[in-house]
This record gives sequence, structure tokens and C-alpha cells, in this order.
Amino acid sequence: MTSLFEYAPALESRSIVDLRPSYGLFIDGEFTEGTGTPLKTLNPATEEVLAEVATGSDADVDRAVHAARRAFTRVWGPMRPADRGKYLFRIARLLQERAREFAVLESLDNGKPIRESRDVDVPLAAAHFFYHAGWADKLEHAGLGPAPRPLGVAGQVIPWNFPLMMLAWKIAPALATGNTVVLKPAETTPLTALLFAEVCQQADLPPGVVNIVTGAGETGRAVVAHPDVDKVAFTGSTEVGQSIARAVAGTGKRLTLELGGKAANIVFDDAPVDQAVEGIVRGIFFNQGHVCCAGSRLLVQESVHDEVVASLQRRIGTLRVGDPLDKNTDLGAINSAEQLARIRALSDVGEAEGAQRWQPEGDLPTRGYWFKPTVFTDVSPAHRIARDEVFGPVLSVLTFRTPDEAVAKANNTSYGLSAGVWSEKGSRILAITNKLRAGVVWANTFNEFDPTSPFGGYKQSGYGREGGRQGLAAYLRSATS
Amino acid sequence: MPGMTHVLDPDALSREGRPLPEPLEPFSDVTRSDAAFRAFLHGLPGVDQVGAEARTNVLGTRSIKTTAKAWAIDTAISMVDLTTLEGSDTPGKVRSLAAKARRPDPEDLTCPSVAAVCVYGDLAGVAKEALAGTGIHTAAVATAFPSGRASRAVKLADVRDAVAGGADEIDMVIDRGAFLAGRYLDVFEEIVAVKEACRRPGGQGRAHLKVILETGELVTLDNVRRASWLAMLAGGNFIKTSTGKISPAATLPVCLVMLKAVRDFRTATGHQVGVKPAGGIRTTKDAVKHLVMINETVGADWLSPDWFRFGASSLLNDLLLQRQKLRTGHYSGPDHVSVD
Repeated sequence: MTSLFEYAPALESRSIVDLRPSYGLFIDGEFTEGTGTPLKTLNPATEEVLAEVATGSDADVDRAVHAARRAFTRVWGPMRPADRGKYLFRIARLLQERAREFAVLESLDNGKPIRESRDVDVPLAAAHFFYHAGWADKLEHAGLGPAPRPLGVAGQVIPWNFPLMMLAWKIAPALATGNTVVLKPAETTPLTALLFAEVCQQADLPPGVVNIVTGAGETGRAVVAHPDVDKVAFTGSTEVGQSIARAVAGTGKRLTLELGGKAANIVFDDAPVDQAVEGIVRGIFFNQGHVCCAGSRLLVQESVHDEVVASLQRRIGTLRVGDPLDKNTDLGAINSAEQLARIRALSDVGEAEGAQRWQPEGDLPTRGYWFKPTVFTDVSPAHRIARDEVFGPVLSVLTFRTPDEAVAKANNTSYGLSAGVWSEKGSRILAITNKLRAGVVWANTFNEFDPTSPFGGYKQSGYGREGGRQGLAAYLRSATS
Repeated sequence: MPGMTHVLDPDALSREGRPLPEPLEPFSDVTRSDAAFRAFLHGLPGVDQVGAEARTNVLGTRSIKTTAKAWAIDTAISMVDLTTLEGSDTPGKVRSLAAKARRPDPEDLTCPSVAAVCVYGDLAGVAKEALAGTGIHTAAVATAFPSGRASRAVKLADVRDAVAGGADEIDMVIDRGAFLAGRYLDVFEEIVAVKEACRRPGGQGRAHLKVILETGELVTLDNVRRASWLAMLAGGNFIKTSTGKISPAATLPVCLVMLKAVRDFRTATGHQVGVKPAGGIRTTKDAVKHLVMINETVGADWLSPDWFRFGASSLLNDLLLQRQKLRTGHYSGPDHVSVD
């Protein structure tokens, strides 16, 4: 049956993006050829090839690190902090001016809905530059002693789920604190980083302050392993994070890791149910669930389980799926064939282990990589879908009877990135949040981000914080350290 | 292209079955005492203001174009309760409004007529006569509208008077003073009494009862949800946000909470109640946002003038201008729609 009120297609125009057939590396202020075998980047919603992108070899990475070192010692390090701030403000304004271009390109390359890239990714990326621009000349007030100093060259490796936003989380604090960077975007989503390189040129950022070296895992390894890198920052899977920690151990490099998660979203029986259901949807289906802090474990009080699940299923049926460039799309494409295979495999395991799989009626597009929003009920804490990070639109529903049981189950994970609590009772929220071992805890909301708020994990979710005053520490040496 | 963006399950919101003709009464015991009624209303799940606003903000970004926009505009026009509630109202003014209600755009016969004309009770007869044979309803405000500050006897007389004058629909106000003082049962009993007073002389059924909550005076969304349930339990056919005389009048979060209340009420009782936001909805964009909200929260069952109305006056002209723009490709001006 078709609905009475069918929305006509409302496509954001692609024409604002000037997509080139091939892209080089951005080193020392210029685009140059890479010496590795180029990669192709796809539109995951159609499997159409968007562009060919250079792969940085060890030699290319070496050139980039040298450029960053030169810029650090000659220009960016000695520069008056207020002037560094001016560059960051300029970059922030350019991101806002070119917001639509960035949003369209992000949706093309990543598969996420334009509503999210337009209303979340790009504005937050600009906000991170604005926020850190303000810090540039106030670092003595960051609580790190009288005259904190930059570390030098930062090697940064970022994931494909929020390509531009993760770039901002990495580059903005590094630059504000006087460091220079070599950044490696994810293999499947390099395009907005390369557009950002154009913004650096447009802002007249001195050459070498920002270098962007595209490529796959090998290129990332070269960035991390380069002996002249002083600081490594990585966001991505726990597995890769562990191998980076091993590679960096004993080198004297500073390291921050932001890794996986399996967040508990705890719904008490006195929660505002309608808003909690919205929060559950936002927690797990935002960005197709490709979110390290996704609320992938719903812990719902047994007395309201049936009501919450029924309400959630009804709500999921109303999600709009399809062309990421349609302004009314809620769920876009899975980023890659590889990720789709992983989501499928873990979901099959969930079913095999005895959990009940539920998916809404309706069809998915036939081309591209798609996965239906999925809810598993009858999930036990021993099931793999309750323990492993799926990184897709798959929710596991568990129940609890008492607040203590909720806390015990929430903390029963090898991760500790984020958590959510839903209750109308303020005292309960305060009591529970203090017992949750997670870096970010949301109360009566989920997946809200702000540059002033430090973000990072416990346990296998990594270490170090990004954002806020605390995030600056990762890029500064105090007088005593 | 990966195919047109589509809602996953168009039936997700309507799978709960059709409304029953008569209200079931699983909640008949909750009004047995003030204490029981209070416990029931305060036991309804809370509403988080921030979350409700976030939801309406996202729904507000829906982009409604071309054919969808044309459908939405015509549907919105058919849902308008074209309203005049001024001290200066005259029979002439009401007749002119009735003419507009019947044929909102005299230059385009395909334009639908509105749902009702809403006037003060003493002018209900004039409206009824002017609308005879059109199918357009006459709605009359009553119960010492807008403040509701009069004795119950006076309020009931007001209602009977309007019904006798030919009103098809009565828009009553609740006693906000009693509600805010926690005398919920008083408010409930008054609605029940008004509903009884809606009975037409000669046993020809009852005028439809719309219950105005005046949400601008109830202030919190928790109060809006409680008042919605109270009014539905008392037998209101519609719950309506505002008189239009208090600011803020209809807002999207308030309407969202009321929509969820009617949805939950139908799930619990099988009885469907309509919703009418009134006051403050002036533009086509506002109206479309409301239709989107219905579509995505309670579903198509409420997408008809039987179950959803806009209490408005200036809204209609903006809908007509946008309708002309869609048809001709250019904007005309205020002189191309009739003054009220």
C-alpha cells in the first residue's frame, strides 16, 4: 500500500560539487601525484565510481612528514598564537561558506543522508574550528601550566563514518596548539578531506601545516610508524588501535586512541517513553549505526519492555530509506561492501545464537549497499550481538529489573565509550551516571556532540579525550611533562 | 540513482486496526474520585520538552515539493476552520466569510472548500443559514469563551444557545483555573456536562464537541498530555490547542504531544479523537509542517478534515497564494486573494 501523503523526490543538487576524475596527495601546500597504486572511491548508494584517488607510499608519507616538520619549525610553531587563531577562524568560516558543497560530497562518498551531513557533520566540523580558534591564544589557561608547548608533527588517521567531522576533531586542536599535521583519511571516504585541502589553500594556510595523504592501511601504518612524528592520533577499530599502540610503544610518541564501543542505552520505566523511543532510534540508526558511540545495546526495564519495543518497531517502520541526496531520507547506504558483509555476518550469528530478529516491512534499493534497520529481542548478555561492535543499524534489546542490574549489565562490556540513561527522575539519573564506566553519558538524549564537551573512552574504547579543555592536553607538553 | 526515497513501511502507523464506533471504557474507574483521577493523570508517562522540540525540529526539515506540496495545500485548505472571533463581528462579516469558505478561490473551481466556519455563538444562526447546502460545518465557540470564567449554568446556557442556533460543532474551553489548581474531576465533569448540552433539540443527535485546552496557559507539555487525556476521557470529539487569544497559541511540540495522546488513546480504547491546532498558524509552511507531523507520528488515519483541523483566519490566504504559485509558476499578490 502506498501512503496517502507521499513525498515527492526532493534531491539536493550534485552540481555544486566539482568532482574531478582523479585526486593527488596534498603535501606542502600543493596537490602532487602519489607513487602508490591509486584507489577508486565509490558512491555506496549506487556503486558508481566517483573518482580515482592517489595512494601515498612510504616515500610520499616521508615527504609529507618533512613538510610538516619544516612548517612546524619555521612557520607555525614560532607564529604568534593569535595569528594561528586567525587562520583557524578563516578555515571555520570557509567551511560554513562552502557547507553545501561539503555536505553533498560527504553524502556522495559516504552514503549518509544529506539531512545529517547538512545538519550535523558539516556544522559540527565548522564548530570545532571556531571553538579551537578561540583557544589558540589562551592556552596558558588550559590548566596545563603557565606555558604549554606544542608537540611537533602529529600523524593522524581517521575513519570513514564521519570523514569531515573526524578530520575537524583531529586537525583543529592540533593546529590551535601549534602543531602541524599529516592526516590519512579513510580509504573509502577521502573526498571531503581533499576538498578541505582546497580550503587550506583558500585560507592561505602556510604550506606544510596541513598535509593530507590518502591511501589504505599501508599508508596509515607509514604515517604512524614514521620516526619524525611526535604524536599519533587514531580513530577507528579497536583491532587497528591495538596494533598502533604496539607500533608506538617505546618510541616516545604520544598517542591517543578513540576506538570501538558497545554503548548501553538504559530506559527506566519512568522514562518519557515517546522521547526515549526517539532517542533509541537516534542512538542506533543515526548514520546507519556507523557510530562508535552508537546506543547498540538497549537495556530496557522489564516492566515496560513490550510497550517500548512495540513503539520502537512502529517508529522504525516510518523511517525513510533511499537516495542519500534526498532531503527527506533518514537512512542512507552502508559505507562499503566489506562493512555490509560484516553486518550481515554478525546478524546471522545473532539469529543462530537464538535471538529474535525483527526488521520492518518494505524494500531496499536494489543497487548499492543497504541493510534494513534491525532489532534483536531475547538477547542475552552472552550473545555476540550483545558484545561485539556491529557498526551498523542493528540494535540488541536486553532487559533489567533493578537499577543495580542495569548498571551491572551496562558495564559488562570490554568497551566504555558512551552510555545513555532515560528517566524522568533526576536523582536516579545522577546516581546511575556516576556508576557507568563510559567516557560520555547522555541523560534523556543520545548522540549529541559539542566541541566544548570532551569525548573519549574507557577500557578498549581507547584513551585520551577530544574536544573541550581536556582535548587540548593531547597536543601540548606542559612545562613539567 | 538508488531509487526513490520511500518510507519503509507505509502501514506502520495504521496497523492497529480501525476505530470502533462507540468508545470503550477501560478507564471508567479512573474518574471515581479526585484522588484516583489525579493518580491516573500523573501516572501518564512524562514528556521531555527538549526531546519533543528536537523531534519537531527534525520533522520541520522535511522538504515537501511539487505533487506532494499540491496535495498538502489542498488537504490543508479542506481542514481549515475559517474563523472570526472579534467583538466587531457582524452578520455581514460572517456571510462574507461563509462565501469565502464555500469558494476560497473564486478564479479556480478546483480549489476545495474549507471544513467549517467558526464564529461566536450568537452568530451561529447566521453562519448556518449562509452555509446551507454546502456541507461546510458551522462551529461556534461557547462556555464563556475565551476565558471560561463564568458559572457552569452560564456556560451550559451558552452551549445550548449555540446548538439551538444551528451549530454543528461546539468549541468549548476547559476551566484552566480548576486544572492548574489540581481539581481535575471538576474539569472532567464540566466537559461531560457540556457534551450533554450539545444534544440537539428534538433528538437529532449531538453537535460535535471540540475541547480547547488553552495550552498557552497550561504551559508544560506534561500538563498538555494530562489535559488531552482528561478531555478524551470526558468524551471530547476533538482536542484543540488554543483560543487564539493567548500567546503562545499552537506550537509544533504541543501539537505533537496531543497527536501522541490521541494515538495512545485509540490504542487503549479503540476510540479515535481529532486534533485541532488553532492560533499562530499563518503560513503554508506551518500548515505543511503539521501535515508532515501527522503523517509521520500518527499516520494517514488523521489526514482528513474529520480528524484534523486548522483553526485559522489568515492561513487560508497564504494557502491560496501558494496554490496559485504552484499552478501558474509565479507569485501573485495579496490583491489576488479576497480580503476577509
